[in-house]
Amino acid sequence: MEAFRQGVVVRPYERLNADQLTWLDKASMAILEDPGIWCYNERAAMLFKSHGARVWEEPGGHGCWRISCPAGLIREAVGQAPSRFVLGARRPENRLLLDAEIPRVYFGSGSEANVWLETHLDKYIRAEDGTTERLIPHYTERRGNTALLSRAAKLCEFLEHLDFFIRPLNIQDPEITPDNHDVNKFFASLNNITKHVQAGLTTLEALPHVIRMAELIVGGREALIQNPIVSFIACVFKSPMQIVEDTADKVFAVVEAGLPLVISSSPQGGSSAPIQEAGMVAQIHAEILAGIAMTQMIKPGAPVLYGSVPVRARLDDLHDLYGCPEFNQYNIDCVQLARFYKIPCYSTAGVGDAKVPGIQATFEKLLTHLFMAMSGAQYIHYAFGLLDRTNTFCPVQAILDNEQIGKVKHTLREPKVTPDTLEDMVGMVRKVMATPHRLFARHARKAMHAGDISSPFRFESKAMEDKVIAHALSHFDEIENKPAPRLDPSVVDAIYESVPGLLPGLRQGR
Amino acid sequence: MSKKEVIEKIAFNVIQGRVESEDEGFDEGFQGQPGVVELVEEALKEETDPRTIVIDGLTKPMEIVGEKFEREEYLIPDMLASAECVGAAMDLLSPHLIKSGVESKGKFVICTVAGDLHDIGKNIVAIMLKGAGYEVLDLGADVPTARIIETVKKERPPFLGLSALLTTTMRIMGDIMEGLEREGLRNTVKVLIGGAPTSQGFARQIGADAHCKDAFEAIHTLKAMTA
Repeated sequence: MEAFRQGVVVRPYERLNADQLTWLDKASMAILEDPGIWCYNERAAMLFKSHGARVWEEPGGHGCWRISCPAGLIREAVGQAPSRFVLGARRPENRLLLDAEIPRVYFGSGSEANVWLETHLDKYIRAEDGTTERLIPHYTERRGNTALLSRAAKLCEFLEHLDFFIRPLNIQDPEITPDNHDVNKFFASLNNITKHVQAGLTTLEALPHVIRMAELIVGGREALIQNPIVSFIACVFKSPMQIVEDTADKVFAVVEAGLPLVISSSPQGGSSAPIQEAGMVAQIHAEILAGIAMTQMIKPGAPVLYGSVPVRARLDDLHDLYGCPEFNQYNIDCVQLARFYKIPCYSTAGVGDAKVPGIQATFEKLLTHLFMAMSGAQYIHYAFGLLDRTNTFCPVQAILDNEQIGKVKHTLREPKVTPDTLEDMVGMVRKVMATPHRLFARHARKAMHAGDISSPFRFESKAMEDKVIAHALSHFDEIENKPAPRLDPSVVDAIYESVPGLLPGLRQGR
Repeated sequence: MSKKEVIEKIAFNVIQGRVESEDEGFDEGFQGQPGVVELVEEALKEETDPRTIVIDGLTKPMEIVGEKFEREEYLIPDMLASAECVGAAMDLLSPHLIKSGVESKGKFVICTVAGDLHDIGKNIVAIMLKGAGYEVLDLGADVPTARIIETVKKERPPFLGLSALLTTTMRIMGDIMEGLEREGLRNTVKVLIGGAPTSQGFARQIGADAHCKDAFEAIHTLKAMTA
């Protein structure tokens, strides 16, 4: 492939040794055999049965089948999943090349937060002297809607370190119903960003309409298969170990349509999975492998991502706790297991428990952005703008995350240490040592202009006042004033003619 | 190449910050082409008036470089590269300028004081001042007070620049001021001080003529002093 986003190719940090990987994998296989899977989708249960799993219906007539999978069945099916495939984009240079054997890291947005957090600056005057003024950020919550999702997509188009777009906001306009949710969500995204667009499906019935929309954008069915500008996420497992009825149907439909799919699982350590690293990882790995095996039983070679979103429970209220060491431990282990099976890994970073941008958010995000990039996960979602766990999307926070991720990517770039560069450097040292001032500054220029040298923190303050939020807000305003990369009007017309349920206002990007 | 073209090329390469042919410039694709040193040599061989070289080939482009720096188009390494070009050109031109009766903007003795080995800031100031047309005599770092006094006595420079990066060594600047006073040299030389722990207040306290926070302020201060 000629053009694709470069991401950053890292030398992976691994916390599990080879023995521990094998033990975890065996434990997952043991779980898949006994107790096995509680499957609430008959078609899925029969699919496993036809491939050699032991399947029986649970007594009581609740439509639940138990599946006991032998390890060989899982390994054989998973072995058919491709290691390398492309996620397409409206602009060819924005395509993503996923290769399980190359730790090329991409970062993107994620979640489907209900709240958009607007940032304002209020002026305060110091009580002590009555004159000193300060601008303090204040935040207002707005319910997500199609207009805000459109703005989020446009913002993400201009965040240079964001590689793919997963709708970060739930659309809750009064006119949005379960039936038209998906088409509006995908259209608001695709009409405002030229990067890869991915989302889950609210209803299975929307899938043909979303596919039609994507075909009209890229120029037909075959063009879409070659350049899949959209892909899907299916949380087919409800932890612990239960295959969900309607999501399993979506897995069948997406795989049969030939489009890429994330098999995602998100157990919570301490409630829906063991909190201990070994138990959590063994369980989530079992769930994901069973999901991937299912895709390959439907259609061998179907492009699929190993979607690991293991989280830990807070022990004071059992909500998710993201910005903590265990989060990294669980997730890094999953990246290693995905690599073990040579399947590109959809991973997670950048979620925090902080409710507003600031020191806590920065700490929580950096803790996971850095470690998960170091792990070499190919596709890291949730990384932009999320606050209050995954409940809030804040555009100013997305701008701050973009800066942080840029620095993380720069840190992890491949070292430029080769015999040639070293020969140049030795020459440089000799040259400078022959000058009276022995100053290397002039020789920094080539590296500086080649983009090898990073810039200072973009939102720094020079004076004794923290203006990070104010500077980020002003950068957001600059982006808001740029035009969105809208679809060609004739394509929009064609989409509106053949895709039902699109809100009229979205045609103008509102 | 005509004399005019050579001067234009010198000016262009000052802006590019290319001292010699092997240097990369601000823009790509110039490596291997003659730099300022080679072009000044060529201009001298063609008997171009050295004053024309200084004014049209060095001074004017340096003003453009200064403007680019102020617009944040250039960063410190770019500025220093251009200043080094001018410094290297001035080394070649000095004997010719003296022959033509042209004087430099003045001798500037510079050093880091005794007990202090930090010389990056001092070196940047030295390069920039040389690029601005001053005759710079750099005594180096960790220079004993007696040697500084002796140099002022011998060289009679109109300007002395003192640098210190430590709160413990900045006090030596006061000793130097006293030494200059004691030797009857204080009124012969303007003393400029700089370095992270120093300040306007400290300069006043020890009786120095100016405090400069960086090389650019030093150039502005000197301009004001000689106006």
